Amino acid sequence: MTMLPENPSQKKLGLVIDLDTCVGCHACAVSCKEWNSGGHAAPLPDTNPYGKDPDGVWFNRIHTYEVSQPELGPTAGQTVHMPRSCLHCESPECVTVCPTGASYKRAEDGIVLVDEDKCIGCKLCSWACAYGAREYDPDGGVMKKCTLCVDRIYNENLSESERQPSCVTTCPAGARHFGDLGDAESEVSKLVDERGGFDLMAEIGFKPTNKYLPPRPKTNSGSSYRPLNIDQQATPDSRFLKWVDRLFSR
Amino acid sequence: MHPALSVIIFTTASGTGYGLLLLLILLNINGYLPASRGLGIAGFGISLTLITVGLLASTFHLGHPERAWRALSQWRSSWLSREGVVAVATYPVALMFAIGWIFLGNTSGIWGLSGFAAVLLAGLTVACTGMIYASLKTIPQWNTSLTPINYLALALTGGAVWLMALTQLFGLGGNLPALLSVILLPLAWALKQSYWTLIDKVPSQHTIGSATGLGALGEVTLLEPPHTEPNFVQKEMGFKVARRHAAKLRKTAVVLAFILPLAFTVGVLLTGGLLATLLALLAALSLVAGLLTERWLFFAEATHVSMLYYGNKG
Repeated sequence: MTMLPENPSQKKLGLVIDLDTCVGCHACAVSCKEWNSGGHAAPLPDTNPYGKDPDGVWFNRIHTYEVSQPELGPTAGQTVHMPRSCLHCESPECVTVCPTGASYKRAEDGIVLVDEDKCIGCKLCSWACAYGAREYDPDGGVMKKCTLCVDRIYNENLSESERQPSCVTTCPAGARHFGDLGDAESEVSKLVDERGGFDLMAEIGFKPTNKYLPPRPKTNSGSSYRPLNIDQQATPDSRFLKWVDRLFSR
Repeated sequence: MHPALSVIIFTTASGTGYGLLLLLILLNINGYLPASRGLGIAGFGISLTLITVGLLASTFHLGHPERAWRALSQWRSSWLSREGVVAVATYPVALMFAIGWIFLGNTSGIWGLSGFAAVLLAGLTVACTGMIYASLKTIPQWNTSLTPINYLALALTGGAVWLMALTQLFGLGGNLPALLSVILLPLAWALKQSYWTLIDKVPSQHTIGSATGLGALGEVTLLEPPHTEPNFVQKEMGFKVARRHAAKLRKTAVVLAFILPLAFTVGVLLTGGLLATLLALLAALSLVAGLLTERWLFFAEATHVSMLYYGNKG
């Protein structure tokens, strides 16, 4: 049913991504691709992977933005790496537009999934998603999306520390956190509270579950920055060097 | 948005088909068109063929056309599903009315009632098509009540002009279809113009700053995209026609869809006989070309908010 669950549980599983810590290494994207090529949503297609115009489905895409403050000088500002994936929204219109019931939001934990056996590949859900999180599989003729590693997080064959989304266990910087954002006492909820976690494109009203933690303010940014004066450096201080300088300047 | 040929053909062909079906029945029920067998065969033949070709075209872009029946199940939440339900429901009542008209020469009583239901369902189908687009908050250009209004206006106008061509061919119905066209063409033109004015004027409330949530920290620009080749999202959502081409194409659409058909229709009213029939056919053909251009633009001019993450400023 593409109606949203009428009595959803309080549990809202999701990710909290720390933009201050993320180094933009793309390891989360690679590990996601690897796990999900054999997981719940497998296979993830790659068309013409070694050719002129490679294409394929990835659930994670890492953008790098420059945030500048021109009024504080040309060097004020910072580089922010932003990994983006499905945000498992509370009001996901990608689910409600689905004509077949293939897209659904789980009542028990809020994960948004696609039932590939029901998907007709009309792509309307990808149009309804504000975040570009759904990617079409031209081989299978169905829509693909992040599963929050539903096949890992409840998997009793894995050790407990591994029952987390692949992107989270892989992140070398510790920038990705997984947990229950519906529980105010959970580690992830506390992180969001402490660091002022925010929603992407909050104004569109889809109420993303995943949160982003803002980069901390830079301490040496703005007008305090003094670039090296090359001309000054070229004028020698000592008497001997001045003599050498005069000698070579003739 | 990528202007997919299948969807352009679907919305124009079935839109015109539903408009023709609706007007054919409405004019007959109200006593303005006789239940002539020839007109019935041609009218229902053409309208139902246009509708069917359109619906089939819309399944061509599906990944699994054989599962299309599943799309009738989620009418509680999905406009696409609602469209499917009313589109399918139109067939039996339209066919019943057509049987009464063509084989029995009878369009009153139970036959008339089924015709009335077909009119209602045909109108609803076109409205649902418009709502599929209008309900998407992610595409600001479509997310307006003018979208379904324009879909309805263009379907009715297409239907009126095609009905004029048909009735001219059969020498039936007098001037009424031409008069309807003369009224509907400028109306549809005005509505399309106001749609274009609206999408040119209204700035999107979404920016790269709000999309990334980093706007409060400073001016956000994309430094490095996530991948070197365009992905599905960019190919599907990133298509955008250059503003100067859009202006030219809008003029082309206006000339082909509104000005020429209007001129030909006035010609139909002023002349008669073979010349009037010829002019009516020209009006219908010009309108088809115009609607295809208009529909291509409807997609090509629409921008998707997900492109903000790929560097669109908004």
